[in-house]
Formats: sequence, C-alpha cells, structure tokens
Amino acid sequence: MRIPIESYTLANGLRVVLSEDRTAPIVAVNLWYHVGSANERAGRTGFAHLFEHMLFQGSANVGANEHFELVQRAGGTLNGSTWLDRTNYYETVPSNQLALALWLEADRMARLLPAMTQQKLDTQRDVVKNERRWSVDNQPYGTWWEKLPALCFPPEHPFHHSLIGSFEDLDAASLEDVAGFFATYYVPDNAVLTIAGDFDPAEARRLVDELFAPIPRGGERPPLPDMTLPPTFGGARREVVPDDVMLSRVFLAFRIPPAGTPGHYAAGVCAAILGMRHGSRLYRALVREQQVASEVGAFTYDLAKGSDLLVLDAVARPETDVAALEAALVAEVDRLADGGVTDDEVARAHALVESGFVLALQSAGDRADQLSRFATYYGDPSLVNEQAARYAAVTAADVAAFARAHLGADNRAFLVYVPKESVERRASSAEHDAVAASTAAEA
Amino acid sequence: MTNPTLDARRSALDAPPRPPAAAPRPYHFPRFERRTLPNGLRLVVAPVHKLPLVSVVAVLDAGAVADPAGKEGLAQLAARALTEGTDARDAVALSLAVERLGASLDASADWDAAFVSLTTLARHVDAAFALFAEVLTRPVFPEREIERLKAERIADLMHLATEPRGLADEAFARAVYAPDSRYAHPDGGSRATVPGLTRDDVAAFHAARYRPSATTLVVAGDLSADDAERLVLRALGGWRGEAPPRAAARDAEASAERRTHLVVKRDAQQSELRVGHLGVPRAHPDYFPLVVMNAILGGLFNSRVNLNLREVHGYTYGAHSGFDWRVQAGPFVVASAVQSEHTAAAAREVLLEVDRIRAEPVLPEELSLATSYLDGVFPIRYETTSAIAGALANLTLFGLPDDYFDAYRARVRAVTVEDVQRVARAHLAPERLQLLVVGDPDAVRAPVEALGFGPISVTEPEQG
Repeated sequence: MRIPIESYTLANGLRVVLSEDRTAPIVAVNLWYHVGSANERAGRTGFAHLFEHMLFQGSANVGANEHFELVQRAGGTLNGSTWLDRTNYYETVPSNQLALALWLEADRMARLLPAMTQQKLDTQRDVVKNERRWSVDNQPYGTWWEKLPALCFPPEHPFHHSLIGSFEDLDAASLEDVAGFFATYYVPDNAVLTIAGDFDPAEARRLVDELFAPIPRGGERPPLPDMTLPPTFGGARREVVPDDVMLSRVFLAFRIPPAGTPGHYAAGVCAAILGMRHGSRLYRALVREQQVASEVGAFTYDLAKGSDLLVLDAVARPETDVAALEAALVAEVDRLADGGVTDDEVARAHALVESGFVLALQSAGDRADQLSRFATYYGDPSLVNEQAARYAAVTAADVAAFARAHLGADNRAFLVYVPKESVERRASSAEHDAVAASTAAEA
Repeated sequence: MTNPTLDARRSALDAPPRPPAAAPRPYHFPRFERRTLPNGLRLVVAPVHKLPLVSVVAVLDAGAVADPAGKEGLAQLAARALTEGTDARDAVALSLAVERLGASLDASADWDAAFVSLTTLARHVDAAFALFAEVLTRPVFPEREIERLKAERIADLMHLATEPRGLADEAFARAVYAPDSRYAHPDGGSRATVPGLTRDDVAAFHAARYRPSATTLVVAGDLSADDAERLVLRALGGWRGEAPPRAAARDAEASAERRTHLVVKRDAQQSELRVGHLGVPRAHPDYFPLVVMNAILGGLFNSRVNLNLREVHGYTYGAHSGFDWRVQAGPFVVASAVQSEHTAAAAREVLLEVDRIRAEPVLPEELSLATSYLDGVFPIRYETTSAIAGALANLTLFGLPDDYFDAYRARVRAVTVEDVQRVARAHLAPERLQLLVVGDPDAVRAPVEALGFGPISVTEPEQG
C-alpha cells in the first residue's frame, strides 16, 4: 500500500505535505511543532505541555475557547498532544471546512500573543495540575510516566525530566515564558503542516500560501544538547515503588537505537515477537503457561534523537510474588537474547505489522499524523510509504543480533511497583523478626 | 488584557477574514444489503472498497443480561473463552493461526449482546473467516483456560478496588439500580459469583445462546454481498439451532429520592464525581432531542458542564455527561475527576447546570453548535470498516430502521429549542439524582454533607 504524497517548503521555512484521498468528504489538518518537553529550561518542567493548553485559549481573531467551538460547529474533531520532542495540533473536518481549519491554525501561529492573559494562564495551570492528578498522582501505577524516563536517561539529559511537570515548576510559569516560548519555537521554520484527505491540491496550495506564507520565519533556536548515549545502560538499574495498588507490576526497559535506524526496525519486530497479542512469547509463557501475570505488553517510545527505549510490561497475578514475576520475565528475555528467534515468529510479526499499517491508513487523521512525523524527524514524509518494507526486511538474524546487543544483563532497567500495604506489613514484621533473628535484612 | 511582551512584528500582520464554508460534498452511509440464510442466520453486508480490508461482527443474544441469577459474569466468561481453543486447535495454535494472517479475532460481551469480531486484509478473508466460524461454533472450553480466565477476572476486580474511575462507575451502578436488577452488578461478575462459574456452565450457556436464529452477522469492507454470502454459507451453512427467547434486564431504580454516596479512597488528591440517575432505553422516541440536549449539557468540549468546571473554575481536567444507551434504560450520568478541596463546589455547579437546562430554554447558538457538530461529524465516525460494522451491529441490536443512518442528519437538524427543554424536563429529574463521590473522607465528607443532598452513606471498597 502506498499513499500519494506531495511536499514542498514555503519561503518562510514551513514544510507542507499534501496527501489526497477522495473516498469520503473528510479532510485532516495536522501541524507538528518540533518542540517538546526536551526543550524546557531548568525550573520549567511541564511548560511545553502547559503551552499546548494555551494554544486553545484563542488568538488575535479567535476568542477564548472559540477554537474548539468553531471546529466543532463545523462538524470537526480536534485536539493536541505534547511529547518529549514534539507537539502536535490536529483537526479532522468535513472537507468543505478545510479553509476554516487552516485559518485557525494560521491565526494562532501568527498571532497568538494578543490573546494571552494572566487569567487564562492561571486557569490552564489549574487544569493542567488536575490533569497531573488525574493521569499520574491519583492513578494506580500512574507515576511510571515520569519514573521510567527518569530511571533510563541521565539527569542532565533532555528526556530525563517530567513531561507533565511538577506543581512547583507549573506555578513558576509566567506570561513572559509564554511569549518567549512562542517566539522561539512556534515559528513556521520549526513546523510541518500536513493536509490529508478530500481536497483540491491547487486550492489547498493557494490557501496555505495565503494564510501561512506571510508569517515571518523565526530566529535562532537554542540547540538541544548532544543526546548521544552509550549503546547500553552499562549495568542493571532498579527502582522499587510502593504504591496504592493491589497487584505488583514490572516495567523492564532496554536502551535501543533511535527510531528510523536499522536497529530500531529490528527492535520493533523483536517487541512484536515478545509482547504483541496472544501469540507472543510473553503472553504464552507468563499469562498462559506459568500464570504469573494477568497482562503483558511490549512497546517502544519511538524517540528519534540519541536513543530510544524498548519496554516490557507485566502485571502480576494476585498470588504471584513480584520476584517470581520478574524472574519469569527475565528468563524469557534471556532465552531470546541467547537463542534468537525463529523465521516463523518473524513472519508472524511481519504480518501483524503489515496489517497494522493498512488499518492505520483508514483514518485521515492518522495518515496526516504519520506524514507530519516523518517530515519532522527525517525531513522526508515519503518514508511513510517505506515503513512496511523496512519492517519486512528484518530477518531472524537481525533480531538475534539486536537482542544480543541490547537485551543483555548490562542493559536492563527495572521499575517495580509493589502494593504499599505489603511493604508496610513486611517492614513491621521485619522489625519483630529482627528482635529474634538476624535474617531480617532481606525483608 | 494584552500581554505587553507580545511580538509586535508578528501581531502587526493583517489577518485575512475568517473563511466561509465551501459547498459540502455529499456523503452517504455505505449502502448495505440484508440476506437470511436457510439456517436462520441474518446477514448484513456493506461493501466498502476504500482499502483491501474486511471487518466482520457477529451479534449474539448472549450479553450479560442473559446471565442466570447467581452466575453473574457467565456471559463475559463464555465470550472470552471462545478464543481459548476449538475442536481443531488449542488456544496457542488458534492465536498463531490468526496472527500469521495479520488478522485480529476477538470475542467479548457487553450488557445486551456478545460480539465476535474479525478484521483482516481482504486477501486473507477466506482463511480468517474459517477461523472466525470455528471460534463461534466449535469452541471446546478447556477447563484449565476457564480457570485461568476466572483468576484473571478476580485480578481485574482487585485492581479495580484501587482504581478511582472504575470504582466510581461500579459504585454508581449500585446507587442507580435496584439490587435485583442485573445492571446493579458488574457485567463481568463479582468476587461473589465468578469463583462459582464452571466449565459446564460456560458450555451450556454457549450451547443455548450461540444459535444462528439469534445471530446477525455484519460484513463491512472490500467484499461484495454475493461473495460475502458464499463465504458465510461455506463456513456457517451447517450451523443449526433455535435460541431461547431474548433476555432482558430489569431496569428498576434503587431510590426515588436524592442520596449521597461516599466511597472511601484515603489520601486521594482528586475525587471522582458522578451525578445522575436512570436514563431511557435506546429505542426511546426522544432519542434525537436527548442526544442534542446532552451535547449542550455535557457532551461537547464547549458544553456547559465542561466550560463551567474546567474553563471557568479550573476544578478539573475535564467533565462530561452522557446517556449509556442500552436495550433497557441505562444510566444518565455527569462525570468528572475534581480536585479534592473543590469536590462540593463542583457538585453544586453540576446540580445547578441540571436545573438550568430544565428551567430555561437553551440559547439558539448553543442548539446550533450541538446540531451542526452532530450533523457534520457524522461521516468522520465511519472512516473504518470496523466502525461501519459496529454501527450496523447496533442497528440490529437496538431494532432501528434500515433508513436510520440516511435519516440521522436530518433528524438531528430538526431538533428545536423547545424539544431540548421538553426532554430535559421529561428525562432529567433533579429530585431523583444520585450523587456519588470516590474520595478522601477527611477532605470531602463535611463539605459534601453540607450540600444537604439527601441521606449520605459511606462505604469502604472491598479489598483483596
């Protein structure tokens, strides 16, 4: 499956990607700004994401909350999201509303600041704090979102700190920060605009030119520090988190090559063999055969700079001791690192990856987001059409080589959640035991 | 107030005027055909040739409302157990056979039905559909896998005891429905019922309820109606059996008066808030005005409840309202996770919004936002073959007419300000609202009690 792709760059540096599909009267508009939490300065964790909220607070010609109102009134869906190294904004609208979606995106790229007020910032600060409570603090295991990157990236690395941010840093964010971040990063030469779906290419080019070409390019942006890290952690890392949970859970992370490299395609196939669906090794061994886990999974962060992470995730059955779960997980990793994989397992992974690509092409919004992704990270949206072939080219030998290099004992980070009550129980029984015996040190 | 540090260079740009909408291109929900096979199996086929994909959904009268008393959770267990082995291959071989095709084959049950779903590349549809038919009609329910699935359900329930959202939804169901209603108890069964379910229960439930005469098969995707019929006849033509009468839940209310329910979650930084009561069945004639009314109240980002709690007060990351549409009356609920110290204030705002939408006509621009959104977003909901198949499955499940999708947009646009107020008054009942909070009693109990919202009950979730 290949999709049609046209791309070009405006004089101000804005990269534009067009992908036509006239099967339904629907069009997706998708903007990636190449800025994320990695670009935050010290003392401002969470700012990139808070800023994303501010982009829905209006611009010179759009009132507070009017962005949502206009898109929904047009019959569209919309949202935005912030990630470690990018922020995206997107709408899917009936195709006769393409001009409105582009106009809204252009107005906030060109003229956000006149709409910014202290009151809007204060309200969104409260909203974001409640988002943090909802997704992190008041959710079982919710802190894994910030604990895992903190465990896997060194303290000075741009991916180390919290994406959602601390309450203290959110409190410190000011309107001056908003103005500075906007002027630095929300500029056409730091963005990709993708239009996918039902549109006339000539008309789309005319609209993009009219609305975006007058926006001046930005100045110099502070470069991210060198994000290169050694290929492995160079040892095992471990953090144990007593949490308000009933079931223990183990995250096991490995440092792997960044997205877009041959090693990363091998990692993707390896992840599918280990943890994708019920035919995967972890599901078969941990859930079905040994029954030490109730759920397992494997995923990559798909970071394109420096290095990426492959993560295995297993939730313990109630009666399973967390050490037994961890041992079972490690045994499967060792088996793969030592023995490699079969051609049949690789073929299964290829089939799942291939159908996954075709399924993702169904939605105009998903298409547009993938095009923006490849244009942002690699400067080439047509790589979307190469992905299935790149995964299909991965052989059992490639997976084995990847596993030998990256799944070893020197490259494992364990983030282990255990029920708080059991820790308290063990701690108190350990105190009693210590009186009678000297073997309490392990408790 | 304008920020003085704004970038003068960029703000000086003249903005082009907001562009008007162009003429809309027509959209039709995919045409579909109905056929009935000799064994009574009903077939609905919607050819969609956008991509080489096919989705299939079997809708069976085997949802949680069909659970025998004392065996709550059986319908979900039976559905999940379908993919745990057939007379031709064990669970692992089955998973591998499906996944080698790149296909997905899942079985689940909600309140009103069980669903067996397949999505596959069109070039593998013969092989994938053969596996689908095998799972549907020839499962063997190995004892070991049944026991494992039961243990996993118990693990889920233990997890739920620490998960505020799930805890709130479950406790809210108990607050709304009478104890003898199936809807009052978790659809997947509880710690009281799941351990007692047996392999024989599952096999008997399957034998009784997975019958062609009570099954509709929906096919959507890159396949003609004739090809679909040939495929289904080949794999399911020999399937036989009459189903028992359709099961139904008793949708009786727990309480005809206001009550406050506090579920204890110590040290919670947020409270999960639920406010609502019994709603109406899906086939109710007020469905369209209710959907529009709900969009204005809490169904959209710019709805009253979300703008109030999130954008005006900053109490929450989000708030919404909704009717849970079922064959019988599902709940109506306003839901949010709010900062603990603002729990009572947030609840008060929700109650005010429920009162307001009954007391005053909505503004014409609120109505037009809701109707133009629901009208315009209609095609965007059906971009995928599985979404189209799911929509057609609902048509069957809720007994909606075949022109339902073609009429949908006009019926939304026809809703008036008067309709909205009429259905708000008819179907929102402030005097019967149940207020449920999952939160830290030290922070929320006194202020919530001070609301004076009926008698309060305080419960600790079941642990372990």
